[in-house]
Amino acid sequence: MAVDPLIELRDVNKYFGTLHVLQDINLTVGRGEVVVVIGPSGSGKSTLCRTINRLETIESGYIAIDGKPLPEEGKGLAELRAEVGMVFQSFNLFAHKTVLANVSLAQLKVRRRKKDEADQRSRELLERVGLASQADKFPAQLSGGQQQRVAIARALAMDPKALLFDEPTSALDPEMINEVLEVMQQLAREGMTMVVVTHEMGFARSAANRVVFMSDGRVIEDRTPEDFFTHPESDRAKDFLSKILKH
Amino acid sequence: MDVLTENWSLYGKGFLGTVELTVYASILALVLGFVMASFRVAPVGSLRVIGTVWVAVLRNTPLTLLFFAVLLGLPRFGLVLPFQVFAVLALGCYTSAFICEALRSGINTVPTGQGEAARSLGMSFGQTLGNVVLPQAFRSVIPPVGSTLIALAKNSAIAGAFSVTELLGTYKTLNELGYSIIWTFVWIAVGYLIITLAISALFNVLEKRWGVAR
Ligand SMILES: Nc1ncnc2c1ncn2[C@@H]1O[C@H](COP(=O)(O)OP(=O)(O)O)[C@@H](O)[C@H]1O
Ligand SMILES: [Mg+2]
Repeated sequence: MAVDPLIELRDVNKYFGTLHVLQDINLTVGRGEVVVVIGPSGSGKSTLCRTINRLETIESGYIAIDGKPLPEEGKGLAELRAEVGMVFQSFNLFAHKTVLANVSLAQLKVRRRKKDEADQRSRELLERVGLASQADKFPAQLSGGQQQRVAIARALAMDPKALLFDEPTSALDPEMINEVLEVMQQLAREGMTMVVVTHEMGFARSAANRVVFMSDGRVIEDRTPEDFFTHPESDRAKDFLSKILKH
Repeated sequence: MDVLTENWSLYGKGFLGTVELTVYASILALVLGFVMASFRVAPVGSLRVIGTVWVAVLRNTPLTLLFFAVLLGLPRFGLVLPFQVFAVLALGCYTSAFICEALRSGINTVPTGQGEAARSLGMSFGQTLGNVVLPQAFRSVIPPVGSTLIALAKNSAIAGAFSVTELLGTYKTLNELGYSIIWTFVWIAVGYLIITLAISALFNVLEKRWGVAR
């Protein structure tokens, strides 16, 4: 599948002080591929996600998006980030702006679209995530599931080449998880390239091309979902699966 | 009691002197404080150092000492300006350190995740600060900035000791003319009250208009 690599990480190492959070990470995500990253808490999944658009810097190694190495700083970096959307566990909507303005802001400032053009695009995207009627509300007036769908629409508004999801449903009440997963399933079907950190095994089984299992800052397994769930190779993966599949 | 009516123009001049000092120094303090606060949260290390040093030096120097340094020091380097301008410089720079810290604590009330979200959409540092962080920080900084400017108004009295015309300095003349020291000071205090209450009122209006969190 990885004939046309969109995201490439080679021998990536990252430290927080003396803590070696990412150890010789090698990962390639092909265009249109959906890669689910799972692993115990503290294994470095969020950090991995954040290094891909350089919200975290790395100490050594190579990261490239669509063949171009990540720029260090400045305009080049900002341009690259516009190409790689990110959806956070805690939604991170702009609290002082309406739902519509949340989706439009970066279109105006980064893509330099005109206001009505941006707002029209925002309304289309809100329609797509099922929130057309909420455009004029503020984030605090929405449920968690609705806020996360706005966050997805906001990321899509930049027409990104890839989307990174860092535990997008972990902060949600159980009854809201599905509405967000459905939007993500839809994106996967439409061919969006996605890296998804999640513990939603149903999503991994049905939408992922590959499952990457991380533990203690290393990629331990990188295989198809069927393979991984039915025949995990490492003891750590077996142990992890037995814990999360119990409930 | 007659001290006010008989010396209306002297009081008036002093009052206006204090108002001018306060207004000009406030503008300088707000602009410099804003710039320094941006420096202190900038992604560029050298800017952060400038901001940190600025605040550390000015906030920890007694204002009187700063007045001496500016009024006696700068002319040594060939910079000769009217005393009133020197006083505005000293007051404005001194107060900018406090404004900077008030702004910075306001910036810190905005969840970092919102800044990260903005950056992950490709917004630059300046765009993130201007469109996401500061508009939200602004609400929580209105009260502390108000207090800081009230302190500035009162601190302007120090300028009188450096022969700048201002309100407190009028007492010397009035005292020499033989007026009751108590009434002289009562009217001076009233003058300061008018100024500080006006600042207070202004910031109450700002807070009503923008300070309420949605
Ligand atoms: N900003 C940070 N500073 C220091 N340590 C951090 C920071 N962020 C994460 N860590 C540490 O790095 C490790 C990996 O964290 P993280 O990537 O969030 O793991 P995961 O998302 O898999 O739970 C953890 O031990 C965590 O405590
Ligand atoms: Mg995490």
